[in-house]
Amino acid sequence: MVASDLLWQLEQVNFAHGSRKVLDAVSLNIHAGRWCGILGPNGSGKTTLLDLLCGLLPPASGTVVYRDLPLKQWSRRQLARRIALVPQDFAVRFDFSVREVVEMGRHPHLGRLASMTERDYAVVDAVTGEMGVAELANRPVTQLSGGEKQRVAAARALAQEPEALLLDEATSNLDIYHSLAILSLLRRRVREQGLTVVSSLHDLNLAGFFCDELIFLKEGQLICHGETNVVLRPEVIREVYGVAAQVRQDDFTGCLQVSCITC
Amino acid sequence: MVTRPNGFPYVAGGTLLLILFITMLFSAGMGFMHISASAVLQTVVAHFFPTAGAELDPVTVSVIIDVRLPRIFAAVLVGGMLAVCGTVFQAILLNPLADPYTLGVSSGAAFGASLVIVLQVAGLSFLPKVFTVPIFAFAGSIAALLAVLALAAGDRRLSSSSLILSGVIVAAILSAAIGFLQFLAEEQVGIIIFWLMGSLASTSRQDILLLIPAALIGSAVCLFCGRDLNIMAAGERAAAALGVNTVRLRWTLLITCSLMTALCVAVSGIIGFVGLVVPHLLRHVAGPDNRRLIVLSFLGGGLLLLCADTLTRAVLPAEIPIGVLTSLLGGPFFACIFKKRQQDNGRF
Repeated sequence: MVASDLLWQLEQVNFAHGSRKVLDAVSLNIHAGRWCGILGPNGSGKTTLLDLLCGLLPPASGTVVYRDLPLKQWSRRQLARRIALVPQDFAVRFDFSVREVVEMGRHPHLGRLASMTERDYAVVDAVTGEMGVAELANRPVTQLSGGEKQRVAAARALAQEPEALLLDEATSNLDIYHSLAILSLLRRRVREQGLTVVSSLHDLNLAGFFCDELIFLKEGQLICHGETNVVLRPEVIREVYGVAAQVRQDDFTGCLQVSCITC
Repeated sequence: MVTRPNGFPYVAGGTLLLILFITMLFSAGMGFMHISASAVLQTVVAHFFPTAGAELDPVTVSVIIDVRLPRIFAAVLVGGMLAVCGTVFQAILLNPLADPYTLGVSSGAAFGASLVIVLQVAGLSFLPKVFTVPIFAFAGSIAALLAVLALAAGDRRLSSSSLILSGVIVAAILSAAIGFLQFLAEEQVGIIIFWLMGSLASTSRQDILLLIPAALIGSAVCLFCGRDLNIMAAGERAAAALGVNTVRLRWTLLITCSLMTALCVAVSGIIGFVGLVVPHLLRHVAGPDNRRLIVLSFLGGGLLLLCADTLTRAVLPAEIPIGVLTSLLGGPFFACIFKKRQQDNGRF
């Protein structure tokens, strides 16, 4: 791995909500051009880890370094030009149109009173086309279905032209068709344009299918971090989730397939 | 879904501006002494750009320039500022029912005004009432605002729910305190009640000189943050990830708008519903983009309050307090919109 591929370096990162410890001495590196999945039970600190990665929360102790510069030295605007976030629940108050919402993704690139340039419009056109929401352009976002909303959220994030995209259970509320549709489009970006994706996931099979590497969290502690086909093992799943699991190579998808039962 | 062509904001803004100007012209002619619109225009032009030979009736000049115009400008500026503040409060608190008084500014002003009126009843007057009531009202609003912000600032992100809750707490305490002051005021309680209901009757030229820069600077600050304000609609976390410094934006706009509101309250008392209804209606017509909404709200709010004030000043047989009038007309009107929108699309 070349040094310039290194995006995030986390060193002994702790975080607590009040007296409840959420992340406990987490150290890890995340490299560019890969899809990194964060797995763990509810309350294991997945969302907090994502918030720390994009600087929405400062660590209580330890350091988060992005591209060799501590995250706290980046301004919100600078970070927003490099890292975009797709939240689990896309909610926009007030009846903004799909087009207006995707244009919000250009915000970090625009001067305070500047209006959109030809290039900004071109980026917005490209990402709305890519995420298949171009025909919804004039619809108010408040009237979209769940699948449409998440595609708009992804388009808005891509309009930021980020080098890294964080997905916070971005497809958890969607059916399998819509989940696969969005994730496949993003995987193409990873393969063809070197986009880095860090996504928290609940579905182990989706993780096995899309992720190059996996991070397992349990009660705020890093259990293991490595290549998907190395760390997606029954022992790890049992330790993290407390369920008995079987992992096998699936002929249909060509990926790892996980089946679980309670033990 | 209404499709909005690109030229729409300019057409709407231009139309509102024109209507506002014509209304001001006719309003200046209405009243106990009727003056035609052309005579009003002639008088104003001749007064501010004197040309030799122009014969002006001194009574007409005095009625228009000294009596009616300050009040008309005050109505437009106060209405405009309240509507702009309403727009910003609704956008920043993510609550379409927020208004400029959500952070307790009106309760603080009412407390300040009541306090000074009671002190004067008790014989502790150090300045003539004309000066002290607005000053105490302004100080009261600022104190209430600081109390609300201090309460809400325990939440590091200054979230909308803690701001609204802090506003409710402070307003509840102050309204009890106002009740106590009214009890102390005994037979002078009428003065307090009249002040609470709002009036533009006593606005002077000095008030206008204060309101104009406040309206210009305040609205400019809000417009300057217009795009950030739009992105706040995506929620705190998404807005921050899009590069908006949400906490700084909240502080800047809350303080700017509360100062504007406090000034309005100090000049005219508490005028309800303008700051709630105008942005709400315009958002429905012109879309949620705050950059155009702020401009249109200013014009719309100014027009609405000017019409209401002209109605009470020149049309109704007796002058009723403007705050009562706006709430009496605005309330049922708002109820109708609410019902209609419920029926239209089953949501609000």
